[in-house]
Order: sequence, then structure tokens, then C-alpha cells
Amino acid sequence: MRSMELDRQTELNALRPDLLRFARLQLRDAAAAEDAVQETLLAALTGSHRFESRSSYKTWLIAILRNKIIDIIRGQGREVAATSLADDEAGDDLLAETLFDQRGHWQAATQPGRWADPDASFEQKQFWAVFEACLDHLPEKTARVFMMREVLGFETAEICKEIGISSSNCWVVLHRARLGLRTCLEARWFAGAEA
Amino acid sequence: MLSCRQATELMSQEQDRPLSLAERIALRLHVWICAGCNNYRRQMTVLRAACRRFGSGGTP
Repeated sequence: MRSMELDRQTELNALRPDLLRFARLQLRDAAAAEDAVQETLLAALTGSHRFESRSSYKTWLIAILRNKIIDIIRGQGREVAATSLADDEAGDDLLAETLFDQRGHWQAATQPGRWADPDASFEQKQFWAVFEACLDHLPEKTARVFMMREVLGFETAEICKEIGISSSNCWVVLHRARLGLRTCLEARWFAGAEA
Repeated sequence: MLSCRQATELMSQEQDRPLSLAERIALRLHVWICAGCNNYRRQMTVLRAACRRFGSGGTP
């Protein structure tokens, strides 16, 4: 049906910026992200699924895009070498120094607070803008390892293998990422939301 | 007794590997008496849920 195709074309154009941002965050490489999105759009245009809403269409597109991104990362994982992960360390240690005192306890001002109603936040576009900004704010390689684990769903063992680092190193990187991300979210979203 | 810094390391690692019995006990004790780390642990759960949702295109 011709009208159906036109609708899908319109939806694709509307969702394209979302897809591109998603790919750029995961890959941190504008050209590779562009390729992944192009391939996704091509696959989407040749598919014959029908969708009742933009959100279910988006879910489907992101699933295709995720698989493209996973393929790209599996092909080039070793570019995130252990040496470049070490470059991220200095900044991250600085964060830990500001959060904890010398005995390793929370500083009075940085003690984690209770995040009010995260599910309600998840329904707000503005929350996800902050979430993306906070992911983007993480050191590049740290962010890639974290997103392989949490967004793309790699097992830790596979990340270690792809990137060529030890499990304990992998855990350290993931810990730094989570510490950085929750600190950013608390400062830029949840602290303001608390009554 | 764990420091908060050590506790946050374990709270991250419990997302990636099964903790040993000793680690689980030490962490449970710490979180029981430390409000900041108790909140931190909930935050780890929220982070995971947010990432899952983000990765499956379920954002508004």
C-alpha cells in the first residue's frame, strides 16, 4: 500500500536523529554511527512489518540498530586497548577523591541521596536528555565498556575478551562508569527532583 | 569493616559477578548501617533499569 510506505518514510525521518544519537553514544565515531544508521534505515525500508504506533516502530528500529552496533564493536573491539583505558583513569580517580574522604567514607556533601520515583522520571523526555548527556560526559573508553555491558547487554567475560583486559580490570572500569554516571544523574536530575 | 569506597566497588561488582559469601555479609552489614550506601545500592538498580530501557528503545 502506497500510503503505508509514505507514513513509514515520515516516521523514519522523524526518528532518524534519535537513532543517530543512540549510535554516536555507543560508538563515539560519527562515521561509523552514520553507517550503522544507514544500514538500519535500509533494513527498515525493506521490511514489511506493520506498526501501530511510533513507539513500537522505534523499539523495532533500535533493536535493528543495536545489532548493527554489536556487529561493528565485535569487529573492532580491540581498538579500545587497555592502554587507552588507562588514560581515562586520572580523571576518574579525581572524582573518587572528591566523593570520599581519606578514610574512604562519603564526604558530608556528597552522600548519595534517595532518588524519588525513578519510574516517573523514565516517562519524561527531559530525563533522557540528561541521561544521554551524563553518558556522553563519561570518559570515552570507560563509557564504551559500560555501554557494551549495560546498554548492549554483553556479558562481562565477552567484554574482557573483545577488549583484551582482565576481568578485574573490567570490573574497575565498570565501577568507575557507574560511580560517574550516578553522580552526574544525582547532580543534574534527582537532586532537583527531591522535595 | 568496609569503607564506603570499598562498598561502592562491591555494589558495582555484584552487577557483574556473584559475590563471595564473605563479601555478601560484609556488604549487607555495611549497607544496613550506612544510609548513603543504602541509597547508592538502590541507585545501581535504577541505573541498570534505565540502561535496559534506553537500549531497547523504550524512551519517550
